[in-house]
Amino acid sequence: MNKKTDMPVMLSKPIEAPYTPSALSYWHILPIIAAMMIIPSLAFSAAGDEQLSPLAVLKNWIPLLLEGFVFNLVISVCAMAVGTAAGTALGLGQISPNSLMRSGSWFVTQFFRNAPWLVLLFFAMFLLPFEFSIAGLTIPMPDWFKAIIGLSLPVMANVSEIVRGAIRSLPSGQWEAAESLAYTRRQTLWLVILPQCVKRMLPPWMNLYAILTMATVLASIVGVSEVMTLTGRALSAEGGRPDLLAPFYGFVLLLFFAYCYPIARYTLRLEKKFAVIN
Amino acid sequence: MSWTPADPMVSINNVHKSFGELKVLNGVSLDVMKGDVICIIGPSGSGKSTLIRCVNALNDIQQGSILVEGQEVNDAKLDKLELRKKVGMVFQQYNLFPHKTALQNVMMAPIRVLKQDKASAEAKARALLKKVRLEGKEDAYPGELSGGQQQRVAIARSLAMQPDVMLFDEVTAALDPETVGEVLQTIKDLAEEGMTCILVTHEMGFAREVADHIYFTDRGVIVEHGPPDTFFQNAQDPRTQEFLSQIL
Ligand SMILES: Nc1ncnc2c1ncn2[C@@H]1O[C@H](COP(=O)(O)OP(=O)(O)O)[C@@H](O)[C@H]1O
Ligand SMILES: [Mg+2]
Repeated sequence: MNKKTDMPVMLSKPIEAPYTPSALSYWHILPIIAAMMIIPSLAFSAAGDEQLSPLAVLKNWIPLLLEGFVFNLVISVCAMAVGTAAGTALGLGQISPNSLMRSGSWFVTQFFRNAPWLVLLFFAMFLLPFEFSIAGLTIPMPDWFKAIIGLSLPVMANVSEIVRGAIRSLPSGQWEAAESLAYTRRQTLWLVILPQCVKRMLPPWMNLYAILTMATVLASIVGVSEVMTLTGRALSAEGGRPDLLAPFYGFVLLLFFAYCYPIARYTLRLEKKFAVIN
Repeated sequence: MSWTPADPMVSINNVHKSFGELKVLNGVSLDVMKGDVICIIGPSGSGKSTLIRCVNALNDIQQGSILVEGQEVNDAKLDKLELRKKVGMVFQQYNLFPHKTALQNVMMAPIRVLKQDKASAEAKARALLKKVRLEGKEDAYPGELSGGQQQRVAIARSLAMQPDVMLFDEVTAALDPETVGEVLQTIKDLAEEGMTCILVTHEMGFAREVADHIYFTDRGVIVEHGPPDTFFQNAQDPRTQEFLSQIL
């Protein structure tokens, strides 16, 4: 597969480091993070105060934090969907026979791929109106919606590159065979080229999704009530107890790890499987 | 002025083609009558593939004329899709669609391009696979077939479009020796049924047996041509003689 990207995480082939899955298995990491959370509370019980122990406090807040995390996931899924749709269109634009279309799509792709995600998020937050009107109907545009738009921009640009790279990696014989059977360009793309690309695009696309999920916490900076924002609020509601920091943020880390690590493992499996087939 | 079957099916006149600075075809002319089988032979890089790819407009030409059933191919307003419905092509690397079964490979274009209904396209596709002796392999994916089997699926796929002319570009060059014969036999059957064929090949025995006319190309020109017997026994040009002595 081609490596038409300068972002190492987007490379479709795994970097050939001596990868040893057994060194760090899923069920190894959980106790490590759990320990991070528990040790402060042990220290606390040694101190013997009147307050609730940190773990007990955390337990009270867990439902709210989970709610926040689900919101992160909703943002990630929506941004991925929007970014994938727009990015596919942009990627196809990059291989368009029309040179204006091609260079335009190339520029948009490069522009958004080489912009910091946080800046794009601010860009969307402060440049999008807080409401918009269609046919006399005024629809409010909440912050979380703007966050989805803001995060979908870099996703779009990366998907555009994934699509272009996958199409380029197919042998030209596939195009020629389809053309010589009198397929139109559109038929060639949708019936012959893209179905074969899906398999090649899946691993980098899933990689991108994991990165996006972790990036959703950026939305806390612009005030969206996702898990980081809620954690901050919970901590200040508890009076800013320093012994709560590790358990609370440890819990957030645990949530992301539990969600993203399986995706990473599965991506790796897919990559290996496809590497064998090709 | 309209084309009749008494006119050449394919008429190539003084065709010039270059890729940038590289001149690949330098004034090639040849005619192919309906039902004719012609073989184009010549050293690698002499422009054989380029020439036949011009016939179905996979390559464009800079100068000259190619008429397919009277229709000018060197025309900016050419309807390429209409042309390609008349001209089938089989490639050295088969180029089957790997995500489709043998049957789907064959029936896809008739359904999508010719808008045939699915049931009749499928029936025809099954008959074609039978004709190329691949009964029982309908549901196999290309990756599960041998090179020779894949190439026969590719021939069936092309035939499913009911073309008037077939182009074959070194279709046995990538095959294991033991599967070459089955593919050549398939082409021979086609030729005997009266299909107009333009073949690029290195199989001299085969060319001699099936061709009505042989063309020898070198550096983008036709050096020599003639009916197989004259051509193989009585080659005049030293370049032809050298090529034949190397290959025979
Ligand atoms: N798409 C292309 N772009 C540039 N050069 C090409 C292209 N296709 C073929 N050529 C060149 O044209 C010449 C003739 O090629 P080809 O027609 O494939 O020869 P043959 O089939 O007789 O071996 C070769 O030198 C080849 O490198
Ligand atoms: Mg060739």
